[in-house]
Amino acid sequence: MKKVLEVNNLSVSFQTYGGEVQAVRDVNFELHEGETLAIVGESGSGKSVTVQSIMRLLSMPPAKFKSGSILMNDEDIVTMSEAQMEKVRGQEMGMIFQDPMTSLNPTMKIGRQITEGLIKHQGMSKKDALERGIELLRLVGIPNPESRIHQYPHEFSGGMRQRAMIAIALSCNPKILIADEPTTALDVTIQAQILELLRDLQQDMKTAIILITHDLGVVANAADRVAVMYGGKIVETGTVDEIFYAPKHPYTWGLLGSMPKLNDTKKELQSIPGTPPDLKDPPKGCPFAARCPYAMKVCDTYMPEYQHSSDTQKTACWLLDERAPKVNPPENIFVGGVKEHE
Amino acid sequence: MFKYILKRVGFIFISLFFIVTITFFLMQAAPGGPFTSERKVPPKIEEQLNEAYGLDEPLIIQYKDYLVNIVKWDFGPSFKQKGQSVNDIINRSFKYSLILGFEAIFLALSVGVFLGVLAALYHNKFGDYAAMIFAVLGISVPSFILAAVLQYTFAFKLGLFPIAKFDSFMHSILPAVALATTPLAFIARLMRASMLEVLNSDYIKTAKAKGLSSRVTIYRHGIRNAILPVVSYLGPLVTAILTGSFIIEKIFAIPGLGNEFVESITNRDYTVIMGTTVFFSILLLFSILIVDIIYGLIDPRIKITGSKGDQ
Amino acid sequence: MSHSQIKETDFEPIHYEQSDAERIAGESTSFWKDAWRRFKQNKLAIIGIIVILLLTIMSLTGTMISGQNYSDNDLLNANQSPSLEHWFGTDHLGRDLFARTWYGARISLFIGLMAAFLDLIIGVIWGTIAGYLGGRVDEYMMRIADILSGVPYLLVVILLMVIMPAGLWTLIIAMTITGWIGMARIVRGEVLKLKAEEFVMASRSLGASTTRIISKHLIPNALGAILVTLTLTIPTAIFTEAFLSFLGLGVPAPKASWGTMTSDALSSLRYYPYQLFFPAFFICLTMLAFNVVGDGMRDALDPKDRR
Repeated sequence: MKKVLEVNNLSVSFQTYGGEVQAVRDVNFELHEGETLAIVGESGSGKSVTVQSIMRLLSMPPAKFKSGSILMNDEDIVTMSEAQMEKVRGQEMGMIFQDPMTSLNPTMKIGRQITEGLIKHQGMSKKDALERGIELLRLVGIPNPESRIHQYPHEFSGGMRQRAMIAIALSCNPKILIADEPTTALDVTIQAQILELLRDLQQDMKTAIILITHDLGVVANAADRVAVMYGGKIVETGTVDEIFYAPKHPYTWGLLGSMPKLNDTKKELQSIPGTPPDLKDPPKGCPFAARCPYAMKVCDTYMPEYQHSSDTQKTACWLLDERAPKVNPPENIFVGGVKEHE
Repeated sequence: MFKYILKRVGFIFISLFFIVTITFFLMQAAPGGPFTSERKVPPKIEEQLNEAYGLDEPLIIQYKDYLVNIVKWDFGPSFKQKGQSVNDIINRSFKYSLILGFEAIFLALSVGVFLGVLAALYHNKFGDYAAMIFAVLGISVPSFILAAVLQYTFAFKLGLFPIAKFDSFMHSILPAVALATTPLAFIARLMRASMLEVLNSDYIKTAKAKGLSSRVTIYRHGIRNAILPVVSYLGPLVTAILTGSFIIEKIFAIPGLGNEFVESITNRDYTVIMGTTVFFSILLLFSILIVDIIYGLIDPRIKITGSKGDQ
Repeated sequence: MSHSQIKETDFEPIHYEQSDAERIAGESTSFWKDAWRRFKQNKLAIIGIIVILLLTIMSLTGTMISGQNYSDNDLLNANQSPSLEHWFGTDHLGRDLFARTWYGARISLFIGLMAAFLDLIIGVIWGTIAGYLGGRVDEYMMRIADILSGVPYLLVVILLMVIMPAGLWTLIIAMTITGWIGMARIVRGEVLKLKAEEFVMASRSLGASTTRIISKHLIPNALGAILVTLTLTIPTAIFTEAFLSFLGLGVPAPKASWGTMTSDALSSLRYYPYQLFFPAFFICLTMLAFNVVGDGMRDALDPKDRR
């Protein structure tokens, strides 16, 4: 599969009154054509900053690229000029946001919001763009697109707005779609519809999707691969199966343990005690050490290196070191309590 | 829409009724007021007054007559300006105030919005600080002091502008600047805050994510939304310009209605005080109505039935 | 990072205390402490506070420094430029402008503080009752406020000044009659917002009395907004006083306020500009100081605006 995006050693910081916040630290991942990569983690883990860096949507300052590169077609987004970025945004990458109530311009008709990108990137006439806009609205499942296109966002329901956002993001057939918690603000039934819509569109358009979420249910539904972020770092990455059935990192265990399971009525949901680290002064060692029930002395002082447990799965945890004591993941984290791998 | 305007106009008439009533009875209570027995007015005007108000009648009848006259757009004769009715005074002077007012409103809006946008775009940089220092100075320097300083510097000392009166466009520049500065500064601060909020909003990110240039993003998506609070400030703006004109017109000896009002206060010309107060109130209430209608046209979320949309 | 010096013993498990994991990163500070820290960083606001303090001290002592009386006429020495004897010069009646300036400061500041204080009392009571009781009471109370504020503030004050005998307290009362409405609206808004919040509901469900809820929860939490409004009311009142003096509706002679001094100076501006300079400068300085302090307080008390 063709690689469409490659993030290498990306570090992003924010300059604040209190000091430098190292929001993203040394992040690596790649994205292939037509696949969905889910980035999971709790609030403040750096997942939103990572994707906004890819789109270069962070205002700089206060944000700043500290190191690393973001390669797309062998070109580095980090060093691109603003004019080059304008061609990348919308054309090569589209983005949808968490809250469809605030991500559409309230004083502009939906039609104009869809056609703006088409007119700019594809040089369409207003009339052609409007026709294409109607087509796009129909594609994302909005009924009566001919009349809907002349309405304002407040005349749409939440789900409809997110559909319209998807239409806007996909209007120029981008290679990459970044979805920043696209279903968090929606009702559960609408969530499923939106995810299904994304999956259908992905199949038709071969778009690669980066899906940010803290909801593992969404991940299981929609993703091919998963990157688990904690404290500005990717602590574990692997295919969906590997993450759900053979997780290696205690943080991933914690996340899985805190996910409700349908056929498990007896056990309580587990929470991960503690709070994420202060990224103004990030720990030298593993960021999760302070909350990790299996922490060792080494965890506090040294950042673990990635250990590959398959071609696709790698984990940054000292437990995988041969000198470490053997620890098995708790039983209750697995779906239906079944453990498939060691 | 029509129903909404009708309802609002109805409310305006109720407010006006209260205002007329309160002014009438306030002036009634005034020492040496037009309706008290201890007044000393020339017999000729006394006659006119008796004729106009039926001063021999009981108070309640006088009040009723005054109301009826107001409805007929008749504010009665002036006390101190012989042979002049309040209507004459308004007709003669209001046009000057209107020209000056429009110039000041235009100045305050255009420069204020410009400064606010500038400050927001250069947030926490030199442009922002410069604009905001100017704004806080503008709010802190009272219009009449600014008027005096402008008059002294640019008219007396440098001779660049006429000192007083209102005969040409050149005459209007200094008073318009003095009148506009404080509201201008308010608008600049309002626009800055609102623009900063809008620039941080998700839909600006959406616009950027579409690949629109930052210029298009700011103009098409930013300013259009950020200007809404400024539009709702238009009502207070008209009030500020109007009350400001009392003193500015006096300093620059402009024969406008504000100046007439100040004169009538100094002379205790009660019918003029009453008449102009009522006239000002009508002016303001209708400007506020117009502002609300404009707001409804600009913000699609506001249905002009008076209720907000679902956001 | 070099991993070579990692020893076998480093792999012994350590067990964190639960409380250790729940430790909140970063020092937690109380709201007011945090606000004060932010306020202190605002140098302009600190300068504003110092200016206000200096002006207050001078308004109390300034009349005694020059050894001149603020109201003594001396027509032989009328309209004199600033000199060693008369530091700010004299006015058209030969009165010492230095003494008058600080006497005027006393009057202007007193009017400003008093009007703001009365607005505060009425506004907080009115706003709290309307906001706390809600419903029809709220509707009627706010409708009354709407009608009162339908006519421009300055117009109302002017009309009242026309019918009332001139004097310091008349001025303050006239300003207060409609001045409290802004404060009442803000307090009501805050109370309405706070009333719906969980901690107030929690307190009520625990059986706290109305007085306790108002005094322990609503007022302290609305205090930020109240303080900012209060600070910004003072310059408005000082401005209004000057404005009225200018129309001849201010404090009667021989009393002086900055407004009456400005007004007197304007008639002879062309020949004696220094007479305008001092009162005008101090009006602007005072308004500027209060505005800057008010802005600083708003920024410090409104953490959502922290950027």
